[in-house]
Amino acid sequence: MAELDTSSSGGKKGPGVKKSKKLSTRVDLTPMVDLGFLLITFFIFTTTMSQPTSMRLFLPKDTEKPEEQNKVKESGALTIMLGKDNAIYYYEGTLLPDGSNFKTTNFKEIRDIIINKKKSTNPEDFVVVIKPSPESTYKNTVDMLDEMTISEIKRYALVDLFDIELQLIRATEGGGPMPGQPAANP
Amino acid sequence: MARAKLPRKSTTVDMTAMCDVAFLLLTFFILTTKFKPDEALTVTTPKSVSTNPAEQKDVVLITMDKEGLVYFSVSDDAMAEKETIINEVDQMKNLGLTEEEKKAFRRSGSYVGVPFSQLKSYLQKSPKDIPSLQVPGIPVKDTLNNELQVWIRAAVGAFQGGKMNIMLKGDNEAKYESFKGVLTALKRNEQLKFQLITDPEGVPAGTELYKTINAPRTAQ
Repeated sequence: MAELDTSSSGGKKGPGVKKSKKLSTRVDLTPMVDLGFLLITFFIFTTTMSQPTSMRLFLPKDTEKPEEQNKVKESGALTIMLGKDNAIYYYEGTLLPDGSNFKTTNFKEIRDIIINKKKSTNPEDFVVVIKPSPESTYKNTVDMLDEMTISEIKRYALVDLFDIELQLIRATEGGGPMPGQPAANP
Repeated sequence: MARAKLPRKSTTVDMTAMCDVAFLLLTFFILTTKFKPDEALTVTTPKSVSTNPAEQKDVVLITMDKEGLVYFSVSDDAMAEKETIINEVDQMKNLGLTEEEKKAFRRSGSYVGVPFSQLKSYLQKSPKDIPSLQVPGIPVKDTLNNELQVWIRAAVGAFQGGKMNIMLKGDNEAKYESFKGVLTALKRNEQLKFQLITDPEGVPAGTELYKTINAPRTAQ
């Protein structure tokens, strides 16, 4: 359709008869197609197909009254601390005085740790405590909250670090070793 | 029609069909496209598996940028509320804002990123200068002087009776300290439900959420 009629019927008419060139009404559409695709490319690149989503966050009310506070069974708790440079520290249950159950991990492995803890704990007692340190980023916190959604953990809390935990993190990071102790894990 | 000679085959292809397709797609993209809004603050939000679309109306937006500076803005559809908020803040803090300065707050796409002490001069700036301005952000880190709390209180008062969507848009690199300051400001106003703006992300395969999402389909 879009090509010029090349197989013109020549030679059918007798000699002397001037060939009147039949003008084709068809136009070459190739440039138009080019233009079309150019514009498509432009619109594909400028369009925002992905609408931003939102993550709902419900905070608990700060309460001073002990009877209103949720009690957490210590053995069922998994405390995850977020350090600087995407580092994660965690311990299960309570932190031992010598800090021997204080472990280091990263964002790739934390999911398995959460799932293992979830499987090995009574669902009623299981709670994840997220403690972002001042050096951790907003992304770390959101990723961690997202991790709770991914692993379907119903009970989790966003809590501030205790001083002792902050000191342990600092010591592990090697930034500021605790006085009287050599910096662990240089 | 039967010809003795085989017609010479042309190498050119019929472009009409392709042209049709191209323009069909073009029409689709033109109609569905929504240009990226020109944002004065560049914020790269973290990703999450959440699929709830972010609210567009009656939004009270708290933005945290890369340095952890906090900004406050209200969506343009809530003009009356915007006016109430700035009047309220003016009264509560005795800023003595003029009508002109209040108008600057009501302007479309305006945001505030300064402490109250600088608000008056900030609102006198022309809109063109604001994006290039070095602003200190709304103070949130100091627990005694969390100014965002005042802004939120004014917003809560303004949106009374209506629905208010508090959204928090934070940059990946913002430090937790700022986030905590924002949380404190919200908590003190008893605004315990709010939304974090994120970019969509696929659910990782094999996880529990993945199983839950795909369970009804496989069961059928």
